[in-house]
Amino acid sequence: MQPQPLIEALAIEKFYEAPGENRIQVIAPLDLAIRPGQIVALLGPSGSGKSTLLRMLTGLSQPSAGKILRNGVETKDPGNLAIVFQSFALFPWLTVQENVEAPLEARGVNKIERAERSRRALDVVGLDGFEAAYPKELSGGMKQRVGFARALVVEPEVLFMDEPFSALDVLTAENLRNQVTELWADKKLPTQAIFIVTHNIEEAVLLADRIIVLGRNPGRIRTDFEVELAQPRDRKSPPFVGYVDYIYRVLTQPDADPGRLPSASPKRELHQMLPHVRPGGIAGLLELLPDPGQHADLYRLADDLGLELDEILPVVEAAALLGFLTVKEGDVEMTALGYRFANADILHQKVFFREAAVQHVILIDRIRRALETKSDHRVPDEFFHDFLDEHFSEDETKRQLETAILWGRYSELFDYDAAQKRFFLTEPDPPAAHA
Amino acid sequence: MTIKFAQSFDAERRRSLSIDLAIFSLIFAGFYGLLSLGRYWTSAAVPEVDISLSPWALPGYAFFSVARLFGAYFLSLIFAVVYGYVAATQPRVERVMIALLDILQSIPVLSFLPGVMLAMISLFPARQLGVELGSTLLIFTGQVWNMAFSFYTSMKSIPRELGEAGRVYHFSGWQRFIQLEMPSGVIGLLWNSMVSVAGGWFFLMACEMFPLGNRQFRLPGLGSYLQTAASAGDVRSIIWGITAMIVIIVATDQLLWRPLIAWSDKFKFEQVESNAHGGNPILRMLQRSRLAAAIGRVAGNALESIMLRIAKREAAQPADAREPSAWPARIAAAIVLGVVIFAALHAWEMLRGIAGHEWLSTLGHAGITLLRVNGTLLIASLWTIPAGVAIGFQPKLARIAQPLAQIAASVPATALFPIVLLGIIQLGGGLGIASILLMLLGTQWYILFNVIAGALAIPSELKEAGSVYHFNRTLRWRVIILPGIFPYLVTGLVTASGGAWNASIVAEYFHLKGQVFMTTGLGAQISQASDAGRFDILLLSTVVMSAMVVCINRLVWRPLYRLAESRYRLDA
Repeated sequence: MQPQPLIEALAIEKFYEAPGENRIQVIAPLDLAIRPGQIVALLGPSGSGKSTLLRMLTGLSQPSAGKILRNGVETKDPGNLAIVFQSFALFPWLTVQENVEAPLEARGVNKIERAERSRRALDVVGLDGFEAAYPKELSGGMKQRVGFARALVVEPEVLFMDEPFSALDVLTAENLRNQVTELWADKKLPTQAIFIVTHNIEEAVLLADRIIVLGRNPGRIRTDFEVELAQPRDRKSPPFVGYVDYIYRVLTQPDADPGRLPSASPKRELHQMLPHVRPGGIAGLLELLPDPGQHADLYRLADDLGLELDEILPVVEAAALLGFLTVKEGDVEMTALGYRFANADILHQKVFFREAAVQHVILIDRIRRALETKSDHRVPDEFFHDFLDEHFSEDETKRQLETAILWGRYSELFDYDAAQKRFFLTEPDPPAAHA
Repeated sequence: MTIKFAQSFDAERRRSLSIDLAIFSLIFAGFYGLLSLGRYWTSAAVPEVDISLSPWALPGYAFFSVARLFGAYFLSLIFAVVYGYVAATQPRVERVMIALLDILQSIPVLSFLPGVMLAMISLFPARQLGVELGSTLLIFTGQVWNMAFSFYTSMKSIPRELGEAGRVYHFSGWQRFIQLEMPSGVIGLLWNSMVSVAGGWFFLMACEMFPLGNRQFRLPGLGSYLQTAASAGDVRSIIWGITAMIVIIVATDQLLWRPLIAWSDKFKFEQVESNAHGGNPILRMLQRSRLAAAIGRVAGNALESIMLRIAKREAAQPADAREPSAWPARIAAAIVLGVVIFAALHAWEMLRGIAGHEWLSTLGHAGITLLRVNGTLLIASLWTIPAGVAIGFQPKLARIAQPLAQIAASVPATALFPIVLLGIIQLGGGLGIASILLMLLGTQWYILFNVIAGALAIPSELKEAGSVYHFNRTLRWRVIILPGIFPYLVTGLVTASGGAWNASIVAEYFHLKGQVFMTTGLGAQISQASDAGRFDILLLSTVVMSAMVVCINRLVWRPLYRLAESRYRLDA
């Protein structure tokens, strides 16, 4: 079960009554939840209401309709939040320390404790020694560090950031961004969740666990997905580029349905893990399943076969990955494709398997494409090691490749030369008349 | 090395000690001054004090005038902050309050005179305090409006994200005021304070010595001294008086305004440190003083403990319950509305009694004063624009001319007026010419200083482009200079126009050598009505003047302002 959202917006919208009958709809009704442990990035073109949405979530402005639950309770009191502003929004007439202490003063914290807490906050952002300086004496990056310290000193439930790096030069922004990710990863940020508004796609993919893309006229959610990349992230890695391309596509085609992440979706690309299953096992399982339209309970199935659930699960996963069956709440159901696969002869089974594997299994597809692009149709396995190393441990990488080799040999897509440690393309049987 | 350090440390300490001593004696002197003021205020009422023309009496008179002026100024400051704060934070009354401010700003000081004086005298009939309060309030009415407007504008132009930071971190109203709203207003308030205090000097003579109906008022002060000297035609005493005034004005500038301006630098919104950090010797001295630091600490601690107490109280109640009840506001609004309606009815009653020909003559006078005001602006522009551009384009000239012009501008024109008028009468002229000259003396500086600022702001690249492409003089003026200074010129003209209308009251009607000099005009009509106690005529001419000023502002200056903001902005 997912933890209770810190902030949950239900059908909130923003509009302004205009003279005449039409009203100006800034944001169409939308739902949004901020859960603990997440960095959520809000992306969108200008005019999509990013800032308006942030201001409604922080209670700076009230939604025209809909409601906002905070820790499950509907209230107008925004509670303990903090915002890091694009323009820093420091009080120019207060010193760095006084700026950081101001939110504590608002809570009636006494002088000694204020000094101690502000010192700690400034320490976290690396600004110790600058307590007595005035903001105008600091560089942009240092000013924004003060902004962070002022936000962290209240230990907010959610830390909001409104384009926090866009007023900084590229290098300063990069540096500060890295430090934020590091502090977050090390759990040194005294906040439960971060919500960042940005117009920078790479920034969103670098930082966020979840990205929400807004469209405009009126502002609405175009797509909302999780970024399943480990930190620190590499801008040049293919999955990273995949995310950036996907968001770019969504943003540049404002009228097209963004759909889900596309079939070469980064989500699958990253975390698709091949279950260590022999293709024969998959066929065997499918033969035991009832015809399409009927469910089978996984527990009972395991029981019938005299196996533990743990033993049968990888097979089910593999079959699901290939699109031969679907799993829903502990029930499995064979798909039409699975039915045809199960009832085909061995040659046709290979054809079905081949097509399914190329379509759904990233690693298989990748190996096949790599082999096809090489003139001699040979690729050393190191090539795929590099790709897999990003997501798997060394052992797991080995096992992934072993499974891929099993599947590739079975489907006659490619073979593996263990002596030379390289993959090579095999000519599959001519497409049989399986249809 | 250590010895040298110790020596300099010792010298530092001695200097600090002398500064502390200076501050201490200042406080003591201030205390003594307050005591004598108190004794004077609570003495029996003497509306018409005998004024001695001896130069030895001047320090005493100067003290009373300064006390009156700054008393009025502090009242203005408090009123301006409260009024601006309410107008900026209460959207329901905002438009009404700002429109009201616009009208009040256009009402000449003397129109307030009878009402204010009579009210104060009846409040404290037996004490000098009544008369004094009346005079102080009169000065107040000449100082307060631009300050209120300035504070309102500052509050409205607080950068949005700063305000949001205050809200996100749950600042109490008090903390918001101390840490956000008041600091944002400091610079605007300061510059307007300087303008206001200068305005106070301008009207000092009118506010210290005046007839009201059949009664004569004369308070001890520099203004009365100058007027008495003028009535007697005593040029030597007039010069003494003017000298005393200039000394005080220059001292105020050096000892008060300059350190304050240097201090206010930290309230600028600019995010980058400017290099124009002159600093100010007096400010530095104060910052070095331990006594001043101690006083600052005590004040800071007091402010903080209030802030913390309020913060704790507000944190104790849930945010949803913080909405204040609307009822007190509604009741206050109803009372205000009632008073306004009552006053409007009475005013209408009064105006109805005025004969038709008096209405007509009032309108005629208004037309004449309108011509005079605009004539003044024209003459002022004719010399200040070329002069201002010349000064602005030549830094060397600017270095000499600017301080001179500042000193010239700081002398209140009204103080010079007796001498100017005596000269003109000797040459065979009358008040018709002299009044224009007086209005000119009072208002040309606004235009001059703004033109200088405008000329300085024209980017040198534009000027260089002009010379590279061999622009002739006409083209240079048409393409570079006039558009470049336009926004500044408009600002200067707006201020000058307001000042000229207000000055017409003292310029068109003057007591000199025991007789009254007057020329035709709305200002003269207001002064005369006030002198004669004709409240109906006073009300009528005030309404007419106020209406004209507001109309001119709306129909002429505001469109020009917008044009300047949109088309002639150099930084966009």
